[in-house]
Amino acid sequence: MQSQRKTHVSTTVNGEPREFLCEPHQVLSDVLRNTLNLTGTKEGCNTGDCGACSVLLDGTLVCSCLVLAAEVEGKGVVTVEGIGEEGKLHPIQQKLLEHAGLQCGICTPGIVIASRALLEKNPDPSETEVRYWLAGNLCRCTGYDKIIRAVLDAGAVMRGQ
Amino acid sequence: MNMNVKTEFKYVGTRPIRPDGPDKVTGRARYGADLNVQGMIYGHIVRSPHAHAKIKSIDFSAACKLPGVLATMSADDLPEPGDRKIPGGEVEMALKTFSPVVMARKKVLYHGQAVAAVAATSPELAAEAARLVKVEYEVLPHIMDMHAAARADAPLLHDDVYTQGVDPAPTTPSNIPTQIEISTGDISKGFAEADLVVERTYFVPMCHQGYIEPHACVVQTDENGKVDIWCSTQGAFMVRTLTAAVTGIDIGRFKVTASEIGGGFGGKTTVYLEPVAVVLSLKSGRPVKMVMSRDDVFRATGPAAAAETRVKIGVTRDGRITAIETDILMDCGAYTSHPIMAGVLFNSACYRCENVRSFGREVLTNKPRVYAYRAPGIPQPVVAVECVVNEIAERLNMDPIDFRLLNAVDEGDVMAIGIPFQAIGLKQVLQEAKAHPHYTAELKAGQGRGVAVAFWINAGMQSSATINVSEDGSVNILTGNPDIGGSRASMALMAAEVLGIPVETIRPSVVDTDSVGFCDVTGGSRTTLATGGAVIKAAETLVKELRKRAAAIWSLDIEEVDWTGGMAVAKSGTGLENMNREDAATRGDKTLTLADLAARAGATGGPLCAVASHNAHNAAPSFALNICDAQVDRETGKVDILRYTCVQDAGKAIHPAYVEGQMQGGAVQGIGWALNEEYIFNEQGRLDNPGFLDYRIPVASDLPMIDTVIVEVPNPLHPYGVRGVGEVPIAPPMPAVVTAVNRAAGTRLCHLPLSPPKLLAAIEAAEAGTA
Repeated sequence: MQSQRKTHVSTTVNGEPREFLCEPHQVLSDVLRNTLNLTGTKEGCNTGDCGACSVLLDGTLVCSCLVLAAEVEGKGVVTVEGIGEEGKLHPIQQKLLEHAGLQCGICTPGIVIASRALLEKNPDPSETEVRYWLAGNLCRCTGYDKIIRAVLDAGAVMRGQ
Repeated sequence: MNMNVKTEFKYVGTRPIRPDGPDKVTGRARYGADLNVQGMIYGHIVRSPHAHAKIKSIDFSAACKLPGVLATMSADDLPEPGDRKIPGGEVEMALKTFSPVVMARKKVLYHGQAVAAVAATSPELAAEAARLVKVEYEVLPHIMDMHAAARADAPLLHDDVYTQGVDPAPTTPSNIPTQIEISTGDISKGFAEADLVVERTYFVPMCHQGYIEPHACVVQTDENGKVDIWCSTQGAFMVRTLTAAVTGIDIGRFKVTASEIGGGFGGKTTVYLEPVAVVLSLKSGRPVKMVMSRDDVFRATGPAAAAETRVKIGVTRDGRITAIETDILMDCGAYTSHPIMAGVLFNSACYRCENVRSFGREVLTNKPRVYAYRAPGIPQPVVAVECVVNEIAERLNMDPIDFRLLNAVDEGDVMAIGIPFQAIGLKQVLQEAKAHPHYTAELKAGQGRGVAVAFWINAGMQSSATINVSEDGSVNILTGNPDIGGSRASMALMAAEVLGIPVETIRPSVVDTDSVGFCDVTGGSRTTLATGGAVIKAAETLVKELRKRAAAIWSLDIEEVDWTGGMAVAKSGTGLENMNREDAATRGDKTLTLADLAARAGATGGPLCAVASHNAHNAAPSFALNICDAQVDRETGKVDILRYTCVQDAGKAIHPAYVEGQMQGGAVQGIGWALNEEYIFNEQGRLDNPGFLDYRIPVASDLPMIDTVIVEVPNPLHPYGVRGVGEVPIAPPMPAVVTAVNRAAGTRLCHLPLSPPKLLAAIEAAEAGTA
């Protein structure tokens, strides 16, 4: 049942200050999608198993379906809408397109976010490191081959190679 | 009856970035659950807690007392299905086999089946109201095992199912809706001629398509009776047809818009939520949104059939197949959808054999109704056929690819069902695989290699396309097939080829059912072939119109105007071949570009547009081969896939990157089915693993790169040589993986999946046996 009182939350989403009211039980993915209208973050399971709802919370990769919305008070959230600059794709996005690293595209926002977290932490990952880092992001279409190539290639671009 | 198949291309075969790509990598693309509209309320389904029960009564009174509950519904709000047959995608379907899947009628036949629904002002309130709906059941004994269900004394799921395909027709109902047999030659004579006969039985479990996006829809209705549906589906027109049939509302009142689709693989070729949301919207006068949970998706949407296949193959000493006999028992869940047909008809279609007998029966059990999953019905028996072929090659001391080359079908051979093959690429696929470095790479101790081939028929069916030219000469293409894996890019490439204009100037769109002619579903590997065929046809119609307009401007006969390099050229000049505008201008030939003609469209007869309707009867078979290297950890039973190669005949790869993607994705789905994926039901008939944690699909760290080789033996019936590519990739992986694993482990497991506990037990048994 709905509670009597909603929680007021002040946070930063993609660098912009945002405020919202949420139920105590509401998860971040729900608020991002249905309150803030940021539907780029996808929900595939709501149990933290598929990674489609991946976002960065103060720079840490999390499943937004496992984070209570009230927990982001005073923190910074980055969603897929915050990746890339105005009118210009981020190298990860560009390389996913060039390598055809998506088919249906539902896992793609999560892959973009998770890959960015990886390349910030480890700018020159091995294929195995990319595979283990992305093991929490399910893709049912591609067999991962072209995604892995895209991430490795994006890493090279970001390193200036 | 070969038509002229084009083999030289300017745009087709290149790899442009897909037009819908930027929206998909930035999160702008809108999927089923991404739409919210003014005044929207939320539907929630009440699901059966029993695997088999009579519905005695449904009481909504407590639910309706909750403030904010605006509508309820049950099967009482839907028309009786009777014996109505509905044209649906690839096959005609009896309404009574899918209307009760949307909403159960009188009985529930599997745990999680929809029984009732409510709509309320928030998702949480709707869920709370659903819990307050009181359904009284009379629990009946459930049957989960297909062998038990097939017995004559088994409790019946339906009292009106009589086995089809038996002569004389049975007079008592059973749990076997279909029996089918095909045969050619003399099977006894074939086995008598054999020097070696191998017979094995393989089991493949029920599994799920596992698309990452759960089913979702938003339905709005208006004062004029219009029903507007937004949903994630493989076919907006299919949703229109089936929702009209289930609700009894005229088709003319529907407009269906397919959202972007987050995977389907055959699982989104039907309706589950849409008719429910329509009724709830009509009753409440509000837009209704419904989104399935992952749990709902696993429990209550179409898995792929489980099957047990006994196969017996006879060969001569020199490796010639003399007889193939197969017997399939297929578990199709609670309602029949005839998934067995393809399995019986095509399980040994790769091989030339005079004596074939193929028999199959479908069985009904208290499990969700199965739906299509990529080459539906074929991967299950192909495991058995291909594993036995590998075993035979080994026992004859022959190379498994040489054995297959010796027996492979080719142009002119006739399938067991009597259809002759036109040009096909099986031999080329086998030769490419044999030449691939993977095939001869050295294996270490404890590693094994498996190969397997498979055939798929592919579908054609109906499609439409509209092309509109803007004033600047840029082009819009409208089709009605949801883009599930890059098909917009393929449409643009084919149109660019006909029109001779850069692919970047073409904007392909997937539009709603009010905005383009009928299109069958995105399924059956048909979109590039059939919808692409409609696009080619429309583009050719447009070219003719463009020549006519240019001829009018120049006061020439249309026959005096050619269309080449994206422009009309007056034939008064010479050397039309390889013409470009500079050459033409230098020679003083008259030319008009598409942009020139678009700018003058008003003066020459009005806007430039073309429409094509197409019923594609030109689908052609695909063949695919996989090579798998596996290693087994003898202490844990865990399998590592070390190296993997896919070879496939695409006919013509319009956008090769997306063809490779189909091959890789299908291979990995097959690897998952072989090693881990299975529906596990408990004694109460409830699914024990309805989530991605326990139903484990392959993840990135489970896999190596998946190498691909595209073979192109053009389909002689298609203007560009296209075959289908989407489905056949899932057929060879299971036997390739099973063979590789059994060789690596020294086991002969025939019961899939080869999960670690099962494999470990088999390894220990094998070791104990040899100790």
